[in-house]
Amino acid sequence: MNFASMTPATARRAAHLLIAGILAVFFLLPLVYAVLGSVTGRRADGTVGFTSRHYERLLNYGFGLDTYLTNTTIVVLLTVVISVVVAVLGGYAFARFNFPGKTLLFVSALAILMVPHATLLIPLYVVLGETGLRNSLVGLSLVLVMFQLPFSLFMMRNSFDAVPRELDEAALVDGCSSFQAMRMVLLPAVMPGVITVALFAFLTGWNEFIAALILLNDGRLFTLPVALVSIQQGDWGIIDFGALQAGVVVSALPCLILFLLLQRAYISGFTAGAVRG
Amino acid sequence: MIDAGTIRSRWWSRRHRLAFVGWLYALPTAVVVGFLFVVPIAMALWMSLNRWPILGEPTLNFPNNYTSIPRDFLFVQAISFTILYTAIITVVLLGLGLFLALLVEGQSKVVGVLRTAYFLPAVVGLTAAALLFYALYAPGFGPINPILQDLGLIDEPIRFLGSPNTALFSVIAMMTWKFAGFYMIILLVGLQGIPRELYEAARIDGAGRLQSLRYITLPLLRPSIALCLVLMVSGAMLAFENFFVMTQGGPDRSTVTMVMAIFRAAFSQLDLGRGAALAIVVMTALVAFNALWLTLVRRGQT
Repeated sequence: MNFASMTPATARRAAHLLIAGILAVFFLLPLVYAVLGSVTGRRADGTVGFTSRHYERLLNYGFGLDTYLTNTTIVVLLTVVISVVVAVLGGYAFARFNFPGKTLLFVSALAILMVPHATLLIPLYVVLGETGLRNSLVGLSLVLVMFQLPFSLFMMRNSFDAVPRELDEAALVDGCSSFQAMRMVLLPAVMPGVITVALFAFLTGWNEFIAALILLNDGRLFTLPVALVSIQQGDWGIIDFGALQAGVVVSALPCLILFLLLQRAYISGFTAGAVRG
Repeated sequence: MIDAGTIRSRWWSRRHRLAFVGWLYALPTAVVVGFLFVVPIAMALWMSLNRWPILGEPTLNFPNNYTSIPRDFLFVQAISFTILYTAIITVVLLGLGLFLALLVEGQSKVVGVLRTAYFLPAVVGLTAAALLFYALYAPGFGPINPILQDLGLIDEPIRFLGSPNTALFSVIAMMTWKFAGFYMIILLVGLQGIPRELYEAARIDGAGRLQSLRYITLPLLRPSIALCLVLMVSGAMLAFENFFVMTQGGPDRSTVTMVMAIFRAAFSQLDLGRGAALAIVVMTALVAFNALWLTLVRRGQT
């Protein structure tokens, strides 16, 4: 390429792309490194190259990767299903009905966003302990449903609000019950909202660390993030970095795949305030 | 013949029935809010008035849990550390987020790929990201030291998480990597709401790129920037996982955040009452900050 013959506009464009490209490499490199690092290392014969040994050690770490993945899957399923049910019913109530205490309940649900998780987890440790839900995957899932509730409820209320009232009123005139009208007529219309709520409930269940760390005492109940941190904290001060890298990949991969599949739901949820950091 | 009374009572009963049905749909929400949010908040307030050991009977000791806070050296130190961390990460994230948003503002295929690349780290869980960077920095394992040494930039390996200042900035680098793309998206949404004609008009009037940025983009982006700041500050003030995983508060307790100090009081020193009091103080400060910020933003808009 002949740089001298570039017009200033082209030169600026080239510089722009160059900077943007270099930055993109910086953002991608750690992820690429984690994937490559998890499948390369010193092999049994002493040479360095492709190996599945890190994954094999991860598989056998602690109570076994399968235990941690099962626990995490249970938490994810419960969090997703309960979040969707609560938010769909609640969103419908707040969008279509008037009842005493409506505003108070809605504001209280949104107020969850204002309260630090630490402030809730200390009393929850006691309250769930009294009810036998501490050190339980069900208890953890319920807490995560509560953490997600402001976002889930807000999302579903807005989704129902965006559907014209004539639609369900016509169904009610035709003799549907309000539940039938909601399930058969409105639910298909608010599906994008449901998918977004489910996606972020999944991400919370899959990634949550603090609540799981505090509420789960039994190593057999650990979720993936808690188990990975216990690898990192090392047995007798020795950290198995290979297994750790493999664990990071196992933890990150579903999130990356979901993002590539559901980009639209992702961005709409992110900009609606699903996350803070 | 139907008189007004019957009509009114029918109307009332229909209204009542609808209110009742509405309540039924809202009931699951009410149960979650009541049992998992309102009861715990009330409980936290009550616990903060008591000596509440993890094992054993609680006893009323108000106001000791609050009056002892100034003597809690770890927590007091954590306040200034958390504020320092919040100030730095907010400036860095806002600057880089804005830079990235302006970089990929257009509408081409290349721009789409770049956006995805910047956003991808935001998709990974915070714990996974912290563990990933922990490995990147690790002496004798991570690639960063060898790369810097090969480039001749350093002679001795740096212990990134081994001294107070480098530990702080190493965590900030991880958080920047993870969250810059997220804030880029929020700012992009704001950028796309600015009418193109304004830039055209400014160009015709002879304004340069920097002048357009200074007098059009930044003022009109204010609502998006305000949103970013609320999210950044409340996120950073409550930082826990990143430091817990990467530094465990060290070295020499130099990177203990407020939330770490709260959990330490509650679950390491087994004093739930004192932990609750610290948690209430942090919550009050955060709510006050958000309320103040909201009024400032509202006033700025009118």
